[in-house]
Amino acid sequence: MAEFSIPELEDMANRLRLHVVEMTYAASSGHPGGSLSAAELMSVLYFRIMRHNPSDPQWAGRDRFVLSKGHVAPVLYAALAEAGYFPTEELLSLRALGSRLQGHPVRGKLPGVEMSTGSLGQGLSMACGIALAGKMDGADYRTYCLLGDGELQSGQNWEAAMFAHQYGLSNLVAIVDRNRLQITGNTEEAIGLDPLPEKWRAFGWNVIIANGHNVRQLIEALEKAGRSKKDPTVIIMNTIKGKGVSFMENNAGFHGRACNEKEYEQAVKELTDVIQ
Amino acid sequence: MTGEKLAQRNYYGKALADLAAIRDDIVVLDADLAGSTKTSEFKKVAPERFVEVGIAEQNMIGIASGLAASGKVPFASTFGVFATGRCWEQIRLGVAYPKLNVKIVATHCGITVGEDGASHQALEDMSIMRSLPNMTVVSPADAYEAYAATIAIADYDGPVYMRMGRSEFPTILPEDVTFEIGKATVLREGTDVTLVGCGQMVSFCLEAAETLAKEGISAEVINMSTIKPLDTGTLFASVSKTGCCVTAEEHSIIGGLGSAVAEALCEGPCVPLERVGTKDTFGESGKPAELLEKYGLTAPYIVAAAKKSISRK
Repeated sequence: MAEFSIPELEDMANRLRLHVVEMTYAASSGHPGGSLSAAELMSVLYFRIMRHNPSDPQWAGRDRFVLSKGHVAPVLYAALAEAGYFPTEELLSLRALGSRLQGHPVRGKLPGVEMSTGSLGQGLSMACGIALAGKMDGADYRTYCLLGDGELQSGQNWEAAMFAHQYGLSNLVAIVDRNRLQITGNTEEAIGLDPLPEKWRAFGWNVIIANGHNVRQLIEALEKAGRSKKDPTVIIMNTIKGKGVSFMENNAGFHGRACNEKEYEQAVKELTDVIQ
Repeated sequence: MTGEKLAQRNYYGKALADLAAIRDDIVVLDADLAGSTKTSEFKKVAPERFVEVGIAEQNMIGIASGLAASGKVPFASTFGVFATGRCWEQIRLGVAYPKLNVKIVATHCGITVGEDGASHQALEDMSIMRSLPNMTVVSPADAYEAYAATIAIADYDGPVYMRMGRSEFPTILPEDVTFEIGKATVLREGTDVTLVGCGQMVSFCLEAAETLAKEGISAEVINMSTIKPLDTGTLFASVSKTGCCVTAEEHSIIGGLGSAVAEALCEGPCVPLERVGTKDTFGESGKPAELLEKYGLTAPYIVAAAKKSISRK
């Protein structure tokens, strides 16, 4: 795959956003908010950073991606389709009976989906297992795991964090989508996560903080993570939930609901206006 | 009839160590109980493939899921309560749903855990594992079968839960017994009642059959060492001959072997069934033999159940 330039990656992020809005509108359900906050990351991972081959999804040397926050499946599916794992037309079958695009990702159902996720707090453990297998085999693939910030309230993440440090999983990169919103509202008013970087440092991880909507910063952060020789790395990317659609931004209401017809038209217009 | 007293977990450890020599894809995960589950035997011969996760069973299952997705054959072991209940939903999402090749092998199942008490006595594990789609559930009858089953589940591609007890009890099968997933074996032929057991209770079924024989009652004994998929062929052939049935398990009568057999009989030959097992109750501290007696899990209880089942024909 030809390397995407920074403007191309920015544009791809907005294309993914448009897909997310269209898919969830077609399904009349789904989780657009957290999908939109992770659009730049997915663009950078699938079109710049990750080593993968859409025509050979099981290629042994591929980098692995685990979507721990499985409810943002729409943005993963959009990235996989744009990368060529399956036709983009199929995206509109999201959540429909018989579709390969299940409400939450299912391993073995759709090419490019590595693990079944959706119940929060479990993806990092799975990613640890994949990274550990890589270390055991002397393989040089890397494992990326996207976590929601709210799901860090689940203790299993911290079991996995301790494990990854203990086993020196330098081939593991966790990315936290720090959009500060969960269903209830502000994460800090539910069960606070701050100071988040200090928590990860205390667990023995390299910590990189980045603006999750700045493609250049994400590339630098992921490349730096790739140079770790000893410890796992977490990139805490500060983001805006619902980013790219004015009325969805910082609106917890769009965590788990699709646009109505009027909202849909406005969202499509806003995104179409910025897509090159 | 019965042999040496041996603990199943010792033979599980022995099988893992033997597998280490011939299979380089096997990885063993432990949650701080390797000395008790005997996975320490694997660690001795293949330390580079032994993964200590600490006291973190949920993480252990997630790691096993990731390892299996990467071509490894992980065996995750701890006590039955923690191997199934503590991480049931992790098993559901990470193992059963994607049908990954993870073996969850528990020791310290049943009431014979003894003095540690109810917190450590798994009496619901088969029930909650059996309800998971794609999951195979195995409960070997003695130490020799535990060895053979360990080899067999390593060769099978898919999720398996295997349960074993803690204590030593007499072997009833030959040392070179073979094990086939989903295949029950008739250990003693009879015509009046079918006794279906799993785990240690199979030996009590044999003992009960001896007692019944002295009273002129001919009991057939089946070792149902795979609870799921249930060998209905062997079961139905037996009850069509005997006309009634008794199940015996060191587990709650809700959801385990007794339930599996009841479900099958209701949809097949509707013969009378009596279930020996714990009756919707937790256990408590005590010596294994005392607990077996108190909770109605010894041969005389199977004898009584057999007579009741026969009387209902």
